[in-house]
Amino acid sequence: MALIEIRGLSTVFGPHPQAALEKVRAGMDKPGLLATTGHVLALDRIELDIEGGEIFVIMGLSGSGKSTLVRHINRLIDPTEGTVRIAGEDVTALPIPALIALRRRRLAMVFQRFGLHAHRSVLDNVAYGLEIRGVPRAQRENEARAWIERVGLAGVETQYPAQLSGGMQQRVGLARALCAGTDIILMDEAFSALDPLIRSQLQGELLALQATLGKTVVFITHDLDEALRIGNRIAILKDGALVQVGTPEDILLRPADDYVAAFVRDVNRARALRLHNALAPWPQTHPLPALARAVDVDAPIESVLPRLVGRSTPIALRKDGRIVGCVDVDAVSALLAPQG
Amino acid sequence: MEIFPDWRTPLRKGANASIDWLIINFGDQFEAFANSLLGVLLLIERVLRGAPPWAILLVTALLALAVSRRWRFALGASAGMWLVGALGQWDQAMQTLALVLVSVGVSVLLGLPLGIWCARSPWVRRLVSPVLDLMQTIPSFVYLIPAAMLFGLGKVPAILATVIYAAPPLVRLTELGISQVSREAMEAGRAFGATRWQLLTGVQIPLSLPSIMQGINQTTMMALAMVVIASMIGARGVGETVLLGLQRNDAGEGLVGGLVIVVLAIVLDRIMQAGGARLQRGGT
Ligand SMILES: Nc1ncnc2c1ncn2[C@@H]1O[C@H](COP(=O)(O)OP(=O)(O)OP(=O)(O)O)[C@@H](O)[C@H]1O
Ligand SMILES: [Mg+2]
Repeated sequence: MALIEIRGLSTVFGPHPQAALEKVRAGMDKPGLLATTGHVLALDRIELDIEGGEIFVIMGLSGSGKSTLVRHINRLIDPTEGTVRIAGEDVTALPIPALIALRRRRLAMVFQRFGLHAHRSVLDNVAYGLEIRGVPRAQRENEARAWIERVGLAGVETQYPAQLSGGMQQRVGLARALCAGTDIILMDEAFSALDPLIRSQLQGELLALQATLGKTVVFITHDLDEALRIGNRIAILKDGALVQVGTPEDILLRPADDYVAAFVRDVNRARALRLHNALAPWPQTHPLPALARAVDVDAPIESVLPRLVGRSTPIALRKDGRIVGCVDVDAVSALLAPQG
Repeated sequence: MEIFPDWRTPLRKGANASIDWLIINFGDQFEAFANSLLGVLLLIERVLRGAPPWAILLVTALLALAVSRRWRFALGASAGMWLVGALGQWDQAMQTLALVLVSVGVSVLLGLPLGIWCARSPWVRRLVSPVLDLMQTIPSFVYLIPAAMLFGLGKVPAILATVIYAAPPLVRLTELGISQVSREAMEAGRAFGATRWQLLTGVQIPLSLPSIMQGINQTTMMALAMVVIASMIGARGVGETVLLGLQRNDAGEGLVGGLVIVVLAIVLDRIMQAGGARLQRGGT
């Protein structure tokens, strides 16, 4: 059983969502629904399993329903149809007190437009999740200070959100979510306003956190390189429907349709793909090289490119202390430049 | 041919009968309510009139200093109050101030929850909005007649008349402020597990405080504008001075009263504005 199970989730925005959804079931499409009834079909029969401890990335064009989808996980939005279960518990049917308890215990969120409280200092914003739960002031402020430092904002504790730059505000939102100490974190474009340096640093932090604390992260991003770096699995949304869910390599090597293929076209494939994708048996005609000269099969292709260029003999690959095969120039270039 | 039916007689008789009914059946309750309101008013009056004027001037200066952190501002506020004394209206001004404070207090007690309720429920808003219009447009004397019958002439109907006239902007601005709190600020509260009460006290009210403060300010100004009418039904204070000028054909006396009201309005307005600005320090 997956930690988060989404079943048959459909959501329509407008005054009469049920009636509009029936029109969709009768065959009307999203633009048609908008044109004739003014209702927006934001999500259409989503089926999704998110495992505990994974970083699950959601991608898709603007307006494809990413933010709407994650808002169902903590039920900021009620679906028109379908269910969301967390550890087997149906979130969509929880009574309000139980829902509040669940949000406090398990769910934190980073908002696309930050959602900071203008009347609270940075420190009080970050400590908010603990404050709501009644954690004593001294304790929650200590905790908050540690997270403020961790996101690189030490020194601005007493300032107010309006005094900070966009990237700093985004990090306050990030620290607020982390400070709540929940095991699930929903991150809606949590790194979008950051400069490349801090961004890559925080991606590293996130990976470390997930590795040490086993957090489950649902991460929305527009940046495919980011998705490939941090995502264990990636889901791609189009007009409110899921078109593909898979590992980064699935998405790159086996795109489900042209939409996904177009999506992944500009990715740095040499960095995203690992050598085992080009693995071939070691040719019988050559003697086996020394193990020390072999490269790990899980290394990115990028790491052998300099050695591979202008070389006719293959490079040996190793796994678990023995040589398992090789890669050569032809296999690698086929991977890096698909469809000719 | 008569095209107008006679609705006047039944309306008049019906209204009078219901007031009689109220007096007969709930006279004691109205009196108890009036007495408790009167008790609060008298307490504040006793403090303001009993304190030596220099103490009031000092408190005014300190208050102004606390909200503005500017010496000249504090001095100006204090000088305004001193002018009131120099115009020979000190005691009357203190009575008026007490009346205004209690009226604003009652307005906040009623108007704030009502404004919040309006922001939460479109139904309530649809119901309350025309009533607020009515409260501001209907001539005060119309409700002063039954109020005087229920509570007797004097300070209590004066407070009620003031509240009816002055509370609507507070209700409106509270509702406006709360409905303007951004969706993401609210969602952030909900996402971290805030209860409705925590959302109200920790997000909605603080974020709409500038608007609420503006409402309280307007209510105060309108309460001051009512003091002459309040005096007509027996409240003491600066309004009486104006009234006296009117009755005795003494334009100078009227001018003195008018000037004092204006000075009180300016001092209160500036202190509240500065206080409001201080409250929103970091906010936008
Ligand atoms: N509260 C709302 N009321 C009406 N329509 C909404 C609402 N929220 C979202 N929508 C609509 O639902 C669709 C999906 O919106 P959503 O915000 O989920 O997109 P997104 O994938 O997060 O886009 P972006 O990348 O721009 O953030 C859009 O067509 C949008 O207009
Ligand atoms: Mg979005």
